[in-house]
Amino acid sequence: MKARAFSYFRASTVEEALDAHAQGGDDARYIAGGQSLVPALALRLQAPRRLVDINHIDELRGVRREGEWLRIGALTRHCEMLTEPLIAEFAPLLRAAAPFVAHPAIRNRGTLGGSVALADPASEFPAVVLALEAEIEVAGPAGRRRVRAEDFFVDLFETALAPGELLVAVHVPLFNPGQRIAFDELARRRGDYALVGCGISATCADDLITDIRIAFFSVGNVPTRARRAESEIAGSRLSPDVIAAAQAALGEDLAPDDGDDVPAAMRLHLARVLLGRLLGQIGGAT
Amino acid sequence: MTAPLTPLDRPNSYIGRSVPRPNAKRLLAGRGRYVTDIRLPRMLHAAFLRSPHAHARIISIDADAARALAGVHLIATGADLARICTPWTGTLDHFKGMTSEPQLPLPLDRVVWAGQAVVAVVADSRALAEDALELISVDYEELPAVVDLDEARQPGTPRANPASQSNICFRTQLDSGGVDEVFVAAAHVIEQQFSFGRHTPVTLEPRAIVADYEPDSGMLTVHHATQTPYQFQDLYSRHYNIPEARVRVIAPDIGGSFGMKLHVYHEDMAVVGLSMMLGRPVKYVADRIESFVSDIHARDHRVQARMAIDADGKILAMDVHDATAIGAFSTYPRTSVVEGNQVIRLIGAPYDFTSYRAALEVVFQNKVQTSQYRAVGHPIACAVTERMVDIAASRAGFDPLAMRDRNVIADDAYPLVSPTGYKFEALSHQACLRRLREIMDYDALRGEQAELRRRGVHRGIGIATFVEITNPSPAFYGVGGARISSQDGATISLTPTGEVRCAISVTEQGQGTEAIIGQIVADQLGLAQEHVKVITGDTEVTPHGGATWACRGAGIGGETALQAARRLKANILAIAALVLQEQAAALDIVDGQVVSAASRQPRLDVAEIARIAYFRSDTLPPGTQAQLTVSHHFAPQGYPFAFTNGIQGCSLEVDVDTGFVKLLKHYVVEDCGRIINPMLVDEQLRGGVVQGLGAALFEECRYGETGQLLNGSLADYLVPMAMEMPDIVIDHVETPTADTILGAKGCGEAGTAAASACVLNAVNDALTPFGASINTIPITPARILKALNRY
Ligand SMILES: Cc1cc2nc3c(=O)[nH]c(=O)nc-3n(C[C@H](O)[C@H](O)[C@H](O)COP(=O)(O)OP(=O)(O)OC[C@H]3O[C@@H](n4cnc5c(N)ncnc54)[C@H](O)[C@@H]3O)c2cc1C
Repeated sequence: MKARAFSYFRASTVEEALDAHAQGGDDARYIAGGQSLVPALALRLQAPRRLVDINHIDELRGVRREGEWLRIGALTRHCEMLTEPLIAEFAPLLRAAAPFVAHPAIRNRGTLGGSVALADPASEFPAVVLALEAEIEVAGPAGRRRVRAEDFFVDLFETALAPGELLVAVHVPLFNPGQRIAFDELARRRGDYALVGCGISATCADDLITDIRIAFFSVGNVPTRARRAESEIAGSRLSPDVIAAAQAALGEDLAPDDGDDVPAAMRLHLARVLLGRLLGQIGGAT
Repeated sequence: MTAPLTPLDRPNSYIGRSVPRPNAKRLLAGRGRYVTDIRLPRMLHAAFLRSPHAHARIISIDADAARALAGVHLIATGADLARICTPWTGTLDHFKGMTSEPQLPLPLDRVVWAGQAVVAVVADSRALAEDALELISVDYEELPAVVDLDEARQPGTPRANPASQSNICFRTQLDSGGVDEVFVAAAHVIEQQFSFGRHTPVTLEPRAIVADYEPDSGMLTVHHATQTPYQFQDLYSRHYNIPEARVRVIAPDIGGSFGMKLHVYHEDMAVVGLSMMLGRPVKYVADRIESFVSDIHARDHRVQARMAIDADGKILAMDVHDATAIGAFSTYPRTSVVEGNQVIRLIGAPYDFTSYRAALEVVFQNKVQTSQYRAVGHPIACAVTERMVDIAASRAGFDPLAMRDRNVIADDAYPLVSPTGYKFEALSHQACLRRLREIMDYDALRGEQAELRRRGVHRGIGIATFVEITNPSPAFYGVGGARISSQDGATISLTPTGEVRCAISVTEQGQGTEAIIGQIVADQLGLAQEHVKVITGDTEVTPHGGATWACRGAGIGGETALQAARRLKANILAIAALVLQEQAAALDIVDGQVVSAASRQPRLDVAEIARIAYFRSDTLPPGTQAQLTVSHHFAPQGYPFAFTNGIQGCSLEVDVDTGFVKLLKHYVVEDCGRIINPMLVDEQLRGGVVQGLGAALFEECRYGETGQLLNGSLADYLVPMAMEMPDIVIDHVETPTADTILGAKGCGEAGTAAASACVLNAVNDALTPFGASINTIPITPARILKALNRY
């Protein structure tokens, strides 16, 4: 199939982009890496009349430290998660997740902002952003604001972004040496969207887990924090009993749907297996 | 140090040598010319509106708004095309009693699967044609859809085609007699049920066609991504009533076919009609989404099987029932019953037993048609047989490899006729088994498996023996009334500079047909291969022939080229003898030079003979007419098919907590007779194995209750990818057929034939400690976890 005809505008500043989008009304879309949008256009699943290209907006680029936060520009490509030293040092969970996102050609173009703005519940980065308790910087006609990750992902492909709002950057609290991370997913083929995936960020004092954040993806309409499982663990050592209790608690945390090839019960089972393995890594990392 | 000289060290001995494909670099450099790349002057583009329903009556079609769109040239419905195209029916006479409804390019009043093309739009561009599709509205009245195979077989269920008596397309039986008695007396009887999902071929290049009808000359030229240009020349001629000589079908570079590109597709037939209606070239390229709902699918079988063995583990008898669902029509012109027919004839084929009974039931349903796809029927027959053999082995207390050793037909027992009527000239199961044991290091692998199992790591080892059907004679299609040739033709010429061009009816889709034909011609004529140009894929250029399918390119096309080259060589030497005043028998050709046969002393350039014959015929003795072009045909005679055989093994690991399977290594020992190009044979086997592994673990067309394909995209229909594929170790046994001079049989389907059976056995082997069993393909994590009761 071929996309329906559309007009194209290349913005060079955030303000230009917001204006151009506003002129397009409901029928405008921002285009970043295009790795999700272009297939949707080609399949005529979406047929906007206007594309506003944000790839040439300098402000959306770059990774830098801002006090206790790492500011990651919306246009940061998936491949940069693997190569950028600041990310390796201060947001290693993003780096750990990046190899699981699609294939190299897609990682060369796909952007963090695009992935988070799209909020595909099967995507890795939205779950990581949730586990990191990051904040998402948004620009709109009414000005700028920062939205906490847990308030950002609202429903299936639905976020706190109002129509026309632009995701500018993702702000991540700096990783510190007392933290441990783990990330893995179960995908039928390397690079596929996972049957289930999980990112964990834990704060430890010796082998006591003082704080833990567990975020799952591919388990429902939105990336999901496993808060009951977290509370089974926080304040404890990762003994087999604690891990088993956390796995059991997932039954309350997650309510996956029946897929035509993956029954809900199987997905929950896989989430438990994955959680057990990741907690094993966290516990074994001393 | 130098190795001893072999026949391959003789100049121009290309048969048996790994010569690179001459077209490989060009294709790699992006200089391929596929149908998609063709842009003819005044060319228009077609797109099709497709049915959202699996079964519905068409009440009305409103296309006024679409017709009014600027740049739209034609909107055609079933009725429009039916005025110029005669219907076709996918039955053949040798399948007694089979039925199928007549088909037209587009339906007149009823759609029978979701995704069926209903209305055609021709516009200045494809995008514009798709804009127009959005403006067409079709009013449907939904009819009950027959979706599931088992449901289709129930009496009293709705019919896929309401005018027919039942959903049965075809039934047949085989019975060697005395089967019940053998089962009653047997020491062990094993009974199992199997289920095989639908797959689809997923060629890299989708279906593509440019039809160019010229009203003034009445000439139709079709650029068509097909394996079989001559078959389509005949079909376009007959169904559009154009004299055959005015239909030209050109198959340019083709990106894979696997049997998918030799069937009649409704859109392709429609595009020819659209070009005739407009008097302009019309292009249609299926996109991936369309491929999933309109390319043929394959497999979809349920098999019930019983096997009787004696106390010593000797197989005594098999009794099987295969039910398969093929969509709403039988595919034209090769039908959709060949796969089932081959399933019941190939089950048990490697083994030495005589009591066999089989029944086949082929049913209609409201899905896209199934038909021949790489290794037609073989993977089903092989998986059923080999799983039964494994279960029998464990019942009788034998190791799987030892069990096969006891039961395969002995290498010195040939020729013989199988209980299903297949005539085997010479197979090499025992030799292949011995080689497999060595290359797998089988005993060490078993030792490692036992050791790892103690540590909770669950490895499985699978073995699968197979027989493959190749080099088909007219017994395949011709006897059933299909105008599908089992012979091939070649026209081979010496050019004025002493080079050779060979136009041959076998075709190239990426497997290297042109390479091996070049090798054979160069080898036989005594020329360097770079001086041989091979031309394929144009009905106006090459003689009529069967082309490429069912593993016949090397065996039949290769023999055609060999015989043609020998005749041309004789003609060249006849002129050389006149020029040199020598006996032709005393001369030979080596490296482009006529030499004396005895001393190998060069006497004359072949180019000099060409120069004399073409430009100075006055210097030849009076009455001499040099014949430096030879046309030659070859049809297989003797055995109706050249059967090949082989054995595969695999090692894998099952994660019993997630149900994920990791393929560790795959092994193939194969006997395709004379090997012309070892590299191409090995890569055919590897490609075939990968397709079989895809079938085993990943590929399945999943349908919802209303007959909608649920996973019709490459994001959801999982094809095998490099990361998940194991190394594939290959070895050969060579038993040439005595039916031809060349001795080559086919090898293109061998990899696919047994790979899924191997994986099925290996997964079950890994699950042995859990008492779990799986007889369903593909073997998904969901199915493994279910078998293990993990959720
Ligand atoms: C074959 C394939 C496999 C893939 N596999 C995976 C995978 O395994 N895991 C995974 O996570 N992803 C996968 N992807 C998707 C890929 O990661 C995308 O790049 C990503 O989801 C979207 O990023 P993008 O920059 O390409 O966004 P685009 O496609 O350009 O845009 C996506 C959407 O987000 C909006 N948008 C983009 N940027 C902004 C912004 N700054 N502010 C507001 N709105 C914005 C757009 O308007 C659009 O609606 C895959 C893609 C392909 C083609």
